[in-house]
Amino acid sequence: MVERRPFLTFFAHAVLLTGVVFICLPLWITLVASSHDLPRMFQAPAPLWFGDHLLENYRTVLEKGLGAGANAPPVGPMLVNSLIMALAIAIGKIAISMLSAYAIVYFRFPFRMSFFWLIFITLMLPVEVRILPTFKVVSDLGMLDSYGGLTIPLIASATATFLFRQFFLTVPDELAEAARIDGAGPLRFFRDILLPLSKTNIAALFVIQFIYGWNQYLWPLIVSTKESYYTVVMGISRMVNAVDTAPQWNLVMATAMLALIPPVIVVLVMQRLFVKGLVESEK
Amino acid sequence: MIKRATFQGRALAYALLLPQIAITLVFFFWPAGQALVQSVLLEDAFGLSTKFVWLENFQRVFADDYYLNSLRLTALFTVASCVIAMAVSLLLAVMADRVIRGAGAYKTLLIWPYAVAPALAGVLWGFMFNPNIGVLAYVLEAVGIKWNFYVDGEQALFLITLAAAWMQVSYNFIFFLAGLQAIPRSVIEAAAIDGAGPAKRFWTIIFPLLSPTTFFLFVLNIVHLFFDSFGIVHALTGGGPGRATEILVFKVWSDSFRALDLGGSAAQSVVLMAIVIALTVAQFRYIERRVHY
Repeated sequence: MVERRPFLTFFAHAVLLTGVVFICLPLWITLVASSHDLPRMFQAPAPLWFGDHLLENYRTVLEKGLGAGANAPPVGPMLVNSLIMALAIAIGKIAISMLSAYAIVYFRFPFRMSFFWLIFITLMLPVEVRILPTFKVVSDLGMLDSYGGLTIPLIASATATFLFRQFFLTVPDELAEAARIDGAGPLRFFRDILLPLSKTNIAALFVIQFIYGWNQYLWPLIVSTKESYYTVVMGISRMVNAVDTAPQWNLVMATAMLALIPPVIVVLVMQRLFVKGLVESEK
Repeated sequence: MIKRATFQGRALAYALLLPQIAITLVFFFWPAGQALVQSVLLEDAFGLSTKFVWLENFQRVFADDYYLNSLRLTALFTVASCVIAMAVSLLLAVMADRVIRGAGAYKTLLIWPYAVAPALAGVLWGFMFNPNIGVLAYVLEAVGIKWNFYVDGEQALFLITLAAAWMQVSYNFIFFLAGLQAIPRSVIEAAAIDGAGPAKRFWTIIFPLLSPTTFFLFVLNIVHLFFDSFGIVHALTGGGPGRATEILVFKVWSDSFRALDLGGSAAQSVVLMAIVIALTVAQFRYIERRVHY
């Protein structure tokens, strides 16, 4: 702020508060709806203040789910699947892209640049554009309805490889020289020097990739045909679109809260790392 | 591109690359190649015989009114969401850059939707606008608008546009705020001393200096909206009513897994790939230029 203009400051707060209301309204309505019983969900409009069935609703969806008509298992196991998927994708992506970036930056070998471009081109092939053939490959490999099928096709990532490549290029050459003089081999250098130096980058990338993995929708939708491999984000849309009954909105909204709380908490708790990860991985 | 001090050991280098390359080949290049091959083949209904048909699948796709309709509404939806999201987030970022008290709290309250899955955003907005019990639907009815996005195609398209814009705001806000904070204070102070008011400073200094961020965000938003909106559409409208919200990505999925039109969906995939490649190239060419900015 360059000068004092009380009116402008007031205006700025007014705009920001309006923005916050607009952004947070869906969350508020969801949270409130998840605390009512079913009969209340048939009176328009939906409530704006809490009812007294909050804990009861959450216990119901976690343990029993929405019952037979809902097309989806209890939310507890689905949350576990989502967690497995998010962690496997985040850790897997970081691991394989760190290794390949290390090879590309620190080794001299034939076809080095070809490999680099091979990875680079995958930026242009998001899963949505090659969905049917990828589904076929996964099904031919017998990986439908498995955690491998849910995660492995998604863990190759050009962006993560680039991020690490950029970072490794900024690491001073002297460190590698010193390590070599001291007799450290490439693996030792990687473990004892590069890995500790990359800690912040790894953490920032982890936040972004965890959210990416947790929020996958299209892929689990086609790979998981058995209820035991449903993730919570795909499960919830099945509940909404359950054909034979009107959605039990209070329970659906409780499920929605459970599905969005873990990634939102990750973003809020690691806000600084999240912003860093986002800005750097999209650059 | 490479370090001055490198390590010996070709075998080790290849071993380090192996996991990434193997996954890339099996799950990226093989399927993408299949899509290319399939897009010039025609398979009979039982999958017993296939024949090479040159570009007939593409001709069929581009002669298909449903596809052209999908193309048109995808463009409309993408550009509208993008413009709404960018305008709102620029406004919020400029204001957040100005206030001192509560800046952290505003930031936290504005960025969390990034973590919400598109499909969930669809569910949340669908509930608020549900014609029977939705709070906002109730408000609309009260002011005399007949609201039912299950039967009115334009309303359905409006709703997914709004939900998608809501999702994008947090993300744009972060980048705009970072861009604003990178503008040197001295330039703004100099303008203030010369008597330029806040509005004038914004349009003549801040906005032009922010233009690299704006362009970069525009491309990024288009890519995101193009692909991530599948979840919103699938959870909120299912492409309907009729085909009113059948965006391209949704149509590829629906033609592959519901209509089982292999050649047609492969041709559509190839068109989508071409669009992504064009966007990526635009983005990279632009970034190259930004370095000299």
